[in-house]
Amino acid sequence: MLIDWFTVVAQAFNFLILVWLLKRYLYQPILNALDRREKRIATELADADAKRAEAKMEREEYQRKNEEFDQQRAELLNKATGEAAAERQRLLDEARKDSEALRAKLQDTLRSEHQGLLEEIARRTRTEVFAIARKALTELAGASLEDRMVDVFIRRLSELGSEEKGRLASMLKSPPIPVLVRSAFDLAPAQRSLIEGAVKETLAAEIQVRFEVVPDLVSGIELTMQGQKIAWSIADYLASLEKGVNELLKAQPKPERHEN
Amino acid sequence: MHLSSDELVLWQHGFFKLNATIVTTWGLMLVLTVGARLITRNLEGKVHISRWQSLLEIIVVTIRKQIEEVGLRQPEKYLGFLGTLFVFIALSNLCTIFPGYEPPTGSLSTTAALALCVFIAVPMFGIEESGLGAYLRSYTKPTLVMLPFNIISELSRTLAMAIRLFGNMMSGTMILAILLTITPFIFPIVMSLLGLLTGMVQAYIFSILATVYIAAATRAKQEAGD
Repeated sequence: MLIDWFTVVAQAFNFLILVWLLKRYLYQPILNALDRREKRIATELADADAKRAEAKMEREEYQRKNEEFDQQRAELLNKATGEAAAERQRLLDEARKDSEALRAKLQDTLRSEHQGLLEEIARRTRTEVFAIARKALTELAGASLEDRMVDVFIRRLSELGSEEKGRLASMLKSPPIPVLVRSAFDLAPAQRSLIEGAVKETLAAEIQVRFEVVPDLVSGIELTMQGQKIAWSIADYLASLEKGVNELLKAQPKPERHEN
Repeated sequence: MHLSSDELVLWQHGFFKLNATIVTTWGLMLVLTVGARLITRNLEGKVHISRWQSLLEIIVVTIRKQIEEVGLRQPEKYLGFLGTLFVFIALSNLCTIFPGYEPPTGSLSTTAALALCVFIAVPMFGIEESGLGAYLRSYTKPTLVMLPFNIISELSRTLAMAIRLFGNMMSGTMILAILLTITPFIFPIVMSLLGLLTGMVQAYIFSILATVYIAAATRAKQEAGD
């Protein structure tokens, strides 16, 4: 008989014991380890996925922010450019206005200087002429300029037409007013009496004559009464000279205008 | 010259006796248990694992996959029984490489014991899975007429399993022994290699048949479920 029944039973038991032992020491630990590892790998993969998703989100966020930033920068740049252009325009306008004002002022100044120069020339000319005339009169006629002036003035008075004389006389009669004689220099007592006599004679009236010195007259004598004036002044002679000088100055080239 | 290692009795006391088959089986059990214990003592759930752990994982995962491919839905449940069948038979057959070793599977007592275990395990798993009634009804399928044939089939396949494994292993050992006496050089080595291959194939056949039987027994429930 090939089968030993005790051995059969013993082997069956042995096998069952082996099943239990291997279950306990082989299959269960191995399966547990596998599960753990799979779980761990799954967790790590999930983690990696989550991180990747997070990274993607962050990247998108950064891209969005970058675009926003670029846009903002472009807007700011545009705004700044616009403002700068406006500011430039404003400054240019201001500068133009200023330059125009300056030019106008310069022209005014030039004009006033021109005017002053003309006046100065006229004044100097009158003074010079006065001085030359006085010197010439003194040297040539042997009489002072003042004497000649007084002579001329007296002659003027006497040369007045009868109509004029009558008008002046009627003005003086009612009421009697003093006649004012103004001169550029202090008249000597002799000259004063001459003038006074000439006035009285001319107007045929007893009137009071008052003398006054006015240096502005430069050179001359004038008689004033109630708006009527009889005068001799060197200014008459100077008028033609002034005209000539003016023409001379106008002939000079005007200062160049600067355009910006 | 003896046909089975059962005949080599080391110690006997009345009905109890220790023969070479039992002792060799103990030795194999010890090797398996200690080896498994040593390797799985400090298993790690890390991604990088030791080579031995990797080897055991390959074995366990392959067995589990085979069970699943045959059609059992919860391979972990049957892994202990079917896996141990394969591992024990495979190791006991592989050890024929050692001179003087007589495989326990070369003893009809051992193969009969394993076949009996399968014979009992199949209805147990079947009843556990689908209930006693459904399991018993599976014997009457497709018709009641088939009931005796089904029972005969159940018994004969158990006998066939025992004899098949025993015959293959015993013959392999016997042929090797006989050849050693006739042509002691070269040829026994080739036969020994063939014996190793036969041993692995037999281990696979035995355990896969057991799996198929269990799958057939638990199918009643699965079919009902489908």
